[in-house]
Amino acid sequence: MNILKFIESFANESLMQNKGSRRESFGQFSQLGKNLALASIPFGLSSLTNSAYAADITPTPSTPIGALQLALTLEYLEKEFYIMGLESGVIPKGGRDEKVFMQISDHETDHVSFLINGLGGIGSPNFVAKPTFDFTVGGAFAPFNDYPTFLALAQAFEDTGVRAYKGQAANLISTPDLLTAALQIHSVEARHASEVRRLRGLKGWITLNERGAGMPAATQAVYNGEELTTQAGYNTAALFGAAAGSEAYDEPLTTQETVAIANLFIV
Amino acid sequence: MRNVVKIQEVQPSLTDRRKFLKISGLTIVGTGLLLAGCNNDENVIASASNSNLKSKYGGGHFPGIKDGVFDLGGNDLGVLTYAYALEQLEADFYTKVVNANGFTTNFTAEDQQVLTDLYHHEVIHREFFKAALSGALPNPTSQLLPNLAFDYGSLNFSNRDQVLATAKALEDTGVAAYNGAGRLISNPGYLLLAGKIVSVEARHASAIRSLINPNSKDFAGDDVVNPTTGLDVKKNPSEVLAIAGGFITTNFTALYLP
Repeated sequence: MNILKFIESFANESLMQNKGSRRESFGQFSQLGKNLALASIPFGLSSLTNSAYAADITPTPSTPIGALQLALTLEYLEKEFYIMGLESGVIPKGGRDEKVFMQISDHETDHVSFLINGLGGIGSPNFVAKPTFDFTVGGAFAPFNDYPTFLALAQAFEDTGVRAYKGQAANLISTPDLLTAALQIHSVEARHASEVRRLRGLKGWITLNERGAGMPAATQAVYNGEELTTQAGYNTAALFGAAAGSEAYDEPLTTQETVAIANLFIV
Repeated sequence: MRNVVKIQEVQPSLTDRRKFLKISGLTIVGTGLLLAGCNNDENVIASASNSNLKSKYGGGHFPGIKDGVFDLGGNDLGVLTYAYALEQLEADFYTKVVNANGFTTNFTAEDQQVLTDLYHHEVIHREFFKAALSGALPNPTSQLLPNLAFDYGSLNFSNRDQVLATAKALEDTGVAAYNGAGRLISNPGYLLLAGKIVSVEARHASAIRSLINPNSKDFAGDDVVNPTTGLDVKKNPSEVLAIAGGFITTNFTALYLP
């Protein structure tokens, strides 16, 4: 059902048609617009929904192992997304963007290896295998043909990663070494998120619950709750307003919220 | 979260304390803890009936004057006091940056926007810790870290390269500090608060690095993110204070932090 809602949200979204500079073009999902125009989405919906539903991952337990398992699934997703992006040629060659995504890709690959080791290796009963991902979400997206779409999904994945790790921290409090390592990955995701957002012409930090220019409505789940301006009873909007107050703190995603986002891309 | 902690009411007029503990996931259920005394040991709570609880949530060494010098302490509120010291430094630095002569001419429009945001964020962090610690410390009058004084030596606040290089060092140090301090925190509510801040510090570090060297992988460079493990920097308080202490002129100790 997630997929259905996801795709329906696109049908309602106004898609800009003109091609501008990269920074102006983030609102364009031209490839998506073509797909919708071809009416291919309704045709694919039923089988897509069924297969996605069958393969959905389920919420991990609130334990150190559960936290690592959820993290590993997210890292599988990021690793595959960036490798496919680099191999597809969608990322402009030889400039800043390629350097950025090669570095991010290297880190995500490292994180997958690290987490598999943390779970005891591929022979461990705690190991979770890589799901099958569909980054096109049944053809709604063309991230490996359309660079703005690739960038938008990269932003969504990195901002999700930051919030997801944060939400798992308490589950790791009894295992200090794992907690420390998870924090060390968490801040790397935040460095990535900042840079990808800046490549897209946004601030490196999240203002209120704004997903930012050019982000599809379906990614709003990544940003809901970020608008919080009360931290431990302190009004963070008091000094410089709600925008600055919300930017100064990133908010966690629950296991359930994280799983729901990941499942959009799992078939 | 269903944590329960007992905190002695020392100054009932500080109603914010209740608010803070409540919202951070704790519930005040009584006033059973006793301060052990008013001498050098005043920062150690002692209560046999609550020994387990206090050792986990707020026992041990509170911040406060020890042997004539303010000590950051070693319990959860000590770790938060350590964070408060670092946020005081960052907030002071960016306040000076945005108020320096020539801020609007020596920095690009993008620089100015980033540095102004960082000024806002860090001042908010500082004031947050001040309010939160004032509410959570049993005796904030003596246990709240005072306003620190800073000296940046020959740093020229009108020089873009110098300012950005210092900002990079401060933000990377902040990331390393929070990453290293997470394991010192027992209360999951406090751990989450630290987590909410550290990722913003990492976003800052990335942006500053990107301003300094935009066409590169420096935003998450191999000097901070280990290229073999993909893990970011982490540092213990003693390592961080050896760096940050160069800017802090107020004398304090960290006897109970690693």
